[in-house]
Amino acid sequence: MNHEKHVNNKCWLLIFGAWLIATISTLGSLFFSEVMELTPCVLCWYQRIFMFPLAIILLVGLFPLDKKVVNYALPIAIIGLLFTVYHCLLFFGFIPESLQPCSQGVSCADDSMVLFEVLPIPILSLCSFLIIIILLLKTRTHQ
Amino acid sequence: MKKNHIIIASVVVLGLLFSLAAYFYNSQQMETKNNLATKHSSALIPFHAIKKGNPKAKVTIVEFLDPACGTCKKFHPRINELLKEYPEKLNVVVRYAPFHHGSDKMVAILEASRKQKQFWNVLDIMFETQEGWTVNHRAKPKLFWNYLKGYGFDITQIQKDMKDPTITKIIEKDLADGKLLGVRKTPTFFVNGKPLPSFGLRQLRNLVENEIAANY
Repeated sequence: MNHEKHVNNKCWLLIFGAWLIATISTLGSLFFSEVMELTPCVLCWYQRIFMFPLAIILLVGLFPLDKKVVNYALPIAIIGLLFTVYHCLLFFGFIPESLQPCSQGVSCADDSMVLFEVLPIPILSLCSFLIIIILLLKTRTHQ
Repeated sequence: MKKNHIIIASVVVLGLLFSLAAYFYNSQQMETKNNLATKHSSALIPFHAIKKGNPKAKVTIVEFLDPACGTCKKFHPRINELLKEYPEKLNVVVRYAPFHHGSDKMVAILEASRKQKQFWNVLDIMFETQEGWTVNHRAKPKLFWNYLKGYGFDITQIQKDMKDPTITKIIEKDLADGKLLGVRKTPTFFVNGKPLPSFGLRQLRNLVENEIAANY
């Protein structure tokens, strides 16, 4: 009984951590587009599509704690990660310009993708998806 | 339950942080905009820019517009209303910010019609018929010619004058000045050199009326 409570507490903390990161990423991304008025590029949009629902699904899984939420959230996070990896490869020039899927207006490898001159937005996105996936996988080992 | 409180507290804190950051970012942006407008005030009204209203008026609206921009279309009749309301006190200067694909050709049509002293009439028609000659936010000048028929403009002459290389120079100058002044969207207004505190029809009218009250 005590052991189960301990495991539940641990899972709650892991899912809570993943939710926190998803929510901060969602708000951050909204800040870039709505407040700073940076237009999201095509690849950014795909990453947003897979980040925004995480902030909601994980919250539902916390109220009350439902460890199964990991099964629903993981595929979304993994697809998001794939887009992020592709975006990073593009941003750092490992994939040539001609393969870029961004055509209208905003380039995915543009300077506007860099915050405070040092932090590229694709890297932020990569970190978020990676940490979320690691936390969710850790929760899974407790199931 | 304690855990639920943690979640609610996080939501509240994150929401507050977001609003605070947005507030500070916006006030900082406003300051930058004002500074840019003061620093580059000489870039606001160049000799070549077309003007309407009383040239000796003490209140001048400078509008950076794009003929293919939907919001510019909505502002256009309101600007004309203001000019009618304050014919002696107001002057409007048009600058170009052709950000839409193909808009530079529409600007060329405007500049060419200016040679026939038809600039404002053609601009009125252009905004009125905007839906007809824009496709997916792209300007299609070829679709516009039909709308110009029947008003007695010399269309062949406009098509000839459009190719004048000085028009390209005017567009380049306006784009460069717009960049100096921080114009990133259309329409962007400056009233006596001051940018709008926030975007909107009411804000424009308020700023114009404040300036009239201060200068007359």
